[in-house]
Amino acid sequence: MSDKFKTVESTLQDRVNRIKQGGPQKYHESNAKKNKLFVRDRLNLLFDPGFELEDALFANCLDGGLPTDGVVTAIGKINGQTVCVMANDSTVKAGSWGSRTVEKILRIQETAEKMRVPLIYLVDSAGARITDQIEMFPGRRGAGRIFYNQVKLSGKIPQICLLFGPSAAGGAYIPAFCDIVIMVDGNASMYLGSPRMAEMVIGEKVSLEEMGGAKMHCSISGCGDVLVKSEEEAISCARDYLSYFPANFSEQPPVRQALDSKKFDKTVEEIIPTNQNAPFNMYELIERIIDEGSFFEMKKLFAGELITGLARMNGKAVGIIANQPRVKGGVLFHDTADKAAKFITLCDAFNIPLLFLVDVPGFMIGTKVERAGIIRHGAKMISAMAEATVPKISVIVRKAYGAGLYAMAGPAFEPDCCLALPTAQIAVMGPEAAVNAVYANKIAELPEDERKPFIEEKREEYRQDIDIYRLASEMVVDGIISPNSMREELVKRFEAYHSKKLVFSERKHPVYPV
Amino acid sequence: MGQIVANMAGNVWKVLVKPGDQVEEEQDVVILESMKMEIPIAAEVAGRVKEIKTNEGDFVNEGDVLIILE
Repeated sequence: MSDKFKTVESTLQDRVNRIKQGGPQKYHESNAKKNKLFVRDRLNLLFDPGFELEDALFANCLDGGLPTDGVVTAIGKINGQTVCVMANDSTVKAGSWGSRTVEKILRIQETAEKMRVPLIYLVDSAGARITDQIEMFPGRRGAGRIFYNQVKLSGKIPQICLLFGPSAAGGAYIPAFCDIVIMVDGNASMYLGSPRMAEMVIGEKVSLEEMGGAKMHCSISGCGDVLVKSEEEAISCARDYLSYFPANFSEQPPVRQALDSKKFDKTVEEIIPTNQNAPFNMYELIERIIDEGSFFEMKKLFAGELITGLARMNGKAVGIIANQPRVKGGVLFHDTADKAAKFITLCDAFNIPLLFLVDVPGFMIGTKVERAGIIRHGAKMISAMAEATVPKISVIVRKAYGAGLYAMAGPAFEPDCCLALPTAQIAVMGPEAAVNAVYANKIAELPEDERKPFIEEKREEYRQDIDIYRLASEMVVDGIISPNSMREELVKRFEAYHSKKLVFSERKHPVYPV
Repeated sequence: MGQIVANMAGNVWKVLVKPGDQVEEEQDVVILESMKMEIPIAAEVAGRVKEIKTNEGDFVNEGDVLIILE
């Protein structure tokens, strides 16, 4: 090797090494104090070992202060599947976006689109670099294009956001357009205007955590899907999440080794209370029908009256939407409907079959929810569920009253089958409400001591009227199954419906009821 | 000090604790009746019951304080 070549080689290596060190040491130190990892350490944890390609490492390299222009864009593998990644480097000008930062993000999005592989956004950024605004904000290849691309990619390839730090102003839309947002408690935040700006502009005094912290977004606004304690946990969570998904919409989800469900002393039959009005814990039922340890819950802390999560049955991915009677009686609220709509479209986009476990007294009523637009939000859930063309099974576990039956893939919404447990009740409303609605005047006329026996008699008549065997006889439900054989039945049916292929409706797109 | 609030509108069906009781995190303290369902309300944090702000049979709205812990 000639001396000249050595110099060329070592100059290159020096430059690469310097760039790969990121921003000034003091920012590495302040990040470490907050338990934040350096961007390259995050990528090492995220990828399978030994495979990583990086483009535009030299972006803005003539400006010594902006290595990689504050964002690493890379291709690597997760669980053997190729993925694309963009990762902010918060040691470089707080991860802010200049024109090359934006161009790098656009290019990795376009690469992911061409390769038809998942795209992961590791977000930790203060937002736009105001000094560079003309170059990075308004134009055709400005930051707006990132969101345009995200919308275009939605449902085509999985888009995952790991929020490690702030996601401010316009940047907050990156998580908003992703399929899932994993947030690190204490460090992650999302907001359009900072607390300082809120105080200046609208006079509100509020802390960042209260206004846009991870806990708030995962439990109240619904912008976050999974709240984790550390970056390591966030990364392992993202790897786990991807194991349920195909690389893109035209492929099938990966199949894992089939496992038995977890073993419990009590059977399904024994955990379901006979009294329809008493709460029971739907998680206990879910655990008994899925492969052990396979539940990946989405939005656990938000709208807990409905459980949404990915699981495997006999090694195959399934999306579960289940009412949770333990929380708010399992009643559907406006937030519940939003949560369900997003989850259903997620599963349907990536060929993950849907299982509805139904125990629902209906949609909430009253002034508060009407003003919040419960009808409009409920319509979102119903249309998402109706449009889903993946294999779709509903099981009436206990009750399905009113529009709750419709929203949970009732018979009219073309589930591949609607099954019922022997104790199920399907009706416009429950016996208590129905007797009250029909006989209110009559009850009021009766002498005090005759009311109770009258009400009980009418309720019993009503129960007979909506008896599940009658509904099976009328072929409203496709079958009544024994609670303890539920898992076996569902595995067989999902297997059978695997070849389902359906175009829901020929048109440009629906007018979304948003 | 913590407050336990109603998470939805309904009638107070049963109050399961009395002033001075020690409650654990996630322990049910009140059962509401709403939409014909029993709605258990649990304490989010452990503490001692300082005051009960509601009576059985009362209507409560979402967000109303049911119990104050200390």
